Amino acid sequence: MPETVLETQGLTMRFGGVLAVAHVDFRLDALELRCLIGPNGAGKSTFFKCITGLLQPTEGQIFMRGQETTRWPPHHVASLGVGTKTQVPSVMDGLSVFENIWLAARRFLPPRAATRKADEVITRLVLGPIARGSPGRLAHGERQHVELGMVMAGDPWLVLLDEPAAGMTGGDIERLTEIVAEFTWTAAVVVVEHDMQFIRSIASIVTVFHRGAVLLEGHVDAVLADPAVRSVYLGQAA
Amino acid sequence: MREAGWSRELIATLVVAAAAVGVLPLLVGTYTLTVLIIYGMLGLSLGLVWGFGGILCFGQAAFFGLGAYAYAIAAINIGESTVPMLLAVAIPAGFAAVLGAMLFYGRLTDVYLGVITLVVTLIFHRFMNATAGSDYVIGNARLGGFNGIPGFQTLNVPGHPDAYVWGDSLYYFSAVCLVLVYLLVSALLRSSFGRIAVGIRENEMRAALMGYDVPARKTIMFTAGAAIAGLAGALFANWAEIVTPSLFSLSQSADIIIWCIVGGLGTRIGPVLGAAGLSYLKFLLGQQDLIHNSVVSGAILVLFVLFLPGGIAPVLANAWRSIVRRRSRRRHRRRRGPRASLASGDA
Repeated sequence: MPETVLETQGLTMRFGGVLAVAHVDFRLDALELRCLIGPNGAGKSTFFKCITGLLQPTEGQIFMRGQETTRWPPHHVASLGVGTKTQVPSVMDGLSVFENIWLAARRFLPPRAATRKADEVITRLVLGPIARGSPGRLAHGERQHVELGMVMAGDPWLVLLDEPAAGMTGGDIERLTEIVAEFTWTAAVVVVEHDMQFIRSIASIVTVFHRGAVLLEGHVDAVLADPAVRSVYLGQAA
Repeated sequence: MREAGWSRELIATLVVAAAAVGVLPLLVGTYTLTVLIIYGMLGLSLGLVWGFGGILCFGQAAFFGLGAYAYAIAAINIGESTVPMLLAVAIPAGFAAVLGAMLFYGRLTDVYLGVITLVVTLIFHRFMNATAGSDYVIGNARLGGFNGIPGFQTLNVPGHPDAYVWGDSLYYFSAVCLVLVYLLVSALLRSSFGRIAVGIRENEMRAALMGYDVPARKTIMFTAGAAIAGLAGALFANWAEIVTPSLFSLSQSADIIIWCIVGGLGTRIGPVLGAAGLSYLKFLLGQQDLIHNSVVSGAILVLFVLFLPGGIAPVLANAWRSIVRRRSRRRHRRRRGPRASLASGDA
């Protein structure tokens, strides 16, 4: 039986009177690829932020590789080997692309090894032409790739990607699909996405969020054919 | 390649510094130069904390004043100046470590940070002004309220309490201190700690998601800045031979921030030049009474913010780079483009 790398029990997040995440029980196995889908405001991103420590959940527990990480600060969670790409690309605009990736690698490696690692990541993601420039001037899709490079440089065993395909063009999405596949060789990956085509292309188990709770879990084709899911996505009519 | 760049920079810094320290006394008296150097060091301390650490500390004067008072009080009680000098660095640093930990672990940012550091400075100012009575004594030292503390042992050669370091010697000693601090700051910024600190300045959340302990690192940066400001304070106490509550004043705090903006935030040399330049200007303006010096420094600040928001250092660096580039292009016209200008990096 595969190891469970991430588990939440009754995870709940309230903002005042709003229940953003409601009693979510979630399990993820090692090297699994899981997509989280759901309409806007379903609580996917809030769920992510609770896991990474950016938000402190109101109730419930989080376990990573059997260790409880509930209410850990983000840097503790990240230090375990959890790589996160945020919804809005979070990069360091005042530094070069290389420096961004080097800093991510430096957390886990001594300086020289970090330099080698950064060069390696830049080659793998074909960021060479923009490596010396600032990510501040890049297009949204390229910034996404820089952030993915930062995640990759930390050699994580759990990768959380919040809307990685947003703002990407066809070619970029193909590259992204390859990158996600590469991640799954060494890590469990959770992807929050709206782009159904992208989700189908990385075809996996899908968890559907609706109003903060898990509506359904299953294979992508079965889930998308499900009438309840269709009604959630397409609105009241269907 | 990095090491090669570092040794070249080290040599360049030492040569330029030695030339400046040697030539400047021909133009300006060493008594004035000493205080310009001290202010330069104070500017550098905030330049590090604010320009590279991204921590807008409105109360750098608190650490400056604390260093000066720590020196004066310790010198009266101890006599020989070596331990007081060390205390003048350690006490502001310790205070900053505690204050910084409270601020950064409390997740206070930008505006709140500025307000609290400013209020701390004002508390010191008020308190020191109110210590006139004979009740306010630390060991043999009376705090003296508004009048401050005069008559303490000034800097001496370690182990020889009668061999005072003053006048020209104090000028050279201060200059050496400034160069050493400058090199230490340079080394710090080249180290992983410095590069991570700049990363935190750029994006705190990303730094945390990479796994860096942001509050701890900011506290260390804040403490380093306070230690430098404390050393500047101790040198100031030796130069002025008196410490008064005006060290903690609002105008002192504001001046330091103006030095950094005018000199160039995010550069090392900028705040030093800004501090020395504006202080010298203030000194010159103080010799006439046609126009008040705060009007002039206010006007300079406004002009810089409007027309040269990056400060003076980037302008100088660009000018220097273009000179070097033109020269080397002339020299190796056949060879490939010059790379020396890239290695010199940010001023």
